[in-house]
Amino acid sequence: MGTTALDTPEISVRGLKVRYGDREVLHGISFDVRHGETVVILGGSGSGKSTLLRTLVGLQKPSEGEVWVRGLDLARASEREMDELRKKIGLSFQGGALIGSMSVGENIALPLLEHSNLAPSTVEVMVRIKLEQVGLSGFEKYMPSELSGGMRKRAAVARAIAMDPEILFFDEPSAGLDPITAAGIDNLILDLKKAYSITTVVVTHELASAFLIADRILVIDHGNILAIGTVPQIQQCTNPRVRQFLDRVAESGDDDDKVDHLRMYTEGIRVKP
Amino acid sequence: MSATFQFLSGVGGIAEASLSYLGGLSQLTGRSLLLLVASPLKPARRLQRASRQAMIVGVRAIPIVSLITFFVGVIMALQGAYELRQLGAMQLVPALVAISITRELGPLITAVVVIGRSGSAFAAEIGTMRVTEELDALQTMALDPLAFLVAPKFLAMAVMVPCLAVWADLMGVLGGSLFGVASGNFTLMGFLIGTRDSLVVSDVVSGIIKSLVFGLVITAVGCQEGLSTGGGAEEVGKATTSAVVISILMVILIDVVFTALFYLTGGRS
Repeated sequence: MGTTALDTPEISVRGLKVRYGDREVLHGISFDVRHGETVVILGGSGSGKSTLLRTLVGLQKPSEGEVWVRGLDLARASEREMDELRKKIGLSFQGGALIGSMSVGENIALPLLEHSNLAPSTVEVMVRIKLEQVGLSGFEKYMPSELSGGMRKRAAVARAIAMDPEILFFDEPSAGLDPITAAGIDNLILDLKKAYSITTVVVTHELASAFLIADRILVIDHGNILAIGTVPQIQQCTNPRVRQFLDRVAESGDDDDKVDHLRMYTEGIRVKP
Repeated sequence: MSATFQFLSGVGGIAEASLSYLGGLSQLTGRSLLLLVASPLKPARRLQRASRQAMIVGVRAIPIVSLITFFVGVIMALQGAYELRQLGAMQLVPALVAISITRELGPLITAVVVIGRSGSAFAAEIGTMRVTEELDALQTMALDPLAFLVAPKFLAMAVMVPCLAVWADLMGVLGGSLFGVASGNFTLMGFLIGTRDSLVVSDVVSGIIKSLVFGLVITAVGCQEGLSTGGGAEEVGKATTSAVVISILMVILIDVVFTALFYLTGGRS
């Protein structure tokens, strides 16, 4: 998009609220993601980070507030406009979400065949290149069910970068993987960042991974942003909830924390009348 | 007093839920048929997907549809002959088989087989894709799941179910003729000529029209159940079960309505 200058943010979120029924999951959050940077959204289970990601990629409509992605307001965009935007973003799902009835190669070829006018032979070459980039050369003919969890995630990344996206999203890239495989995925994200210098948004609860890949980290808890900053800034953050998360302290049984516990369960019920 | 009230409000609740379910079905059908005409996806690829579906729901159903309707034809001939023999009207067996098969049993048995093979499969396939986030993945690749998955199924079913029903008619009549020949009352040719003379075009056409509607309803229910699946494997099982049960119920209800309409609007001359 010609209008997107380098200094205007790729993603701009203003006062975003998301409700499921009468349960509010995100309580009005605001942040920007600049062109070319890698932002990690860090938070525990039930913090609202997955909802935030679903909203950024247009799977969930904002209930209130504005979400601008590459100059498009997601709250007001038509389906056609959304589809045009979706062709410029890639999302790597937590479980891979490869189409089970198609081989790995067909999965990666799918967006290319549907949205471009490339000849099938060209698509074949591109599939091979993308698979090579994620370290899965020669796995075109395998079915997703024949791959290990880590390989499936790599294949999902290959599909996400198939259309050479402008923004790349990762949902829990290292969840459910052993440390070595998880580190491999982190390296893959770093490699892609170097190779394409694209904007990357990663949702995770893995601290080590976040500190390794992030330019900036956004800590989210109970649907609110606790802290935004560079890796050193976050590491030195004094906010007690952030410290608790970083130092891996479990919720204790003190009276104060009981209230907190209650908040955890009733999280999001604080809807304005 | 309060019990009556509770009963009435229960009835009202069920009626409301059923109506909103039907509303959902017709919305899904309408949007899918619209997407067949005005799809954002490439025409060649769309046709390819629809023909692949047609292969699965139609061509591969031929053996089982043939087998079942052939035997239903035999059964109809046997049951008919049991009564007609006492009246000394055995020559009416071909007519009885032909009319019951083409107007009713051919389309109905076909619909039931298609529900078991394809309606359930639609619900399971789409439900699993919902659970594994594949539907979301399609959406984020700018491939609308309705246009990509559901619309080709509608097209395939709208074409293939009537075709299967016509094939079922043929096999039913052949089954009837097996009895005719075996019982020694007919030659094969004689039975087929008896069949031809007893049928009018509207018998077959009414069956085809019913089959078309059955096909649309089975697709709508199967896809709707799949799309509204909650999380988890158990939910996929439930969606599949309700797809089958609701489809059978709706096919029978539609059959009643259509048969009554055909009867009231003149039927056979």
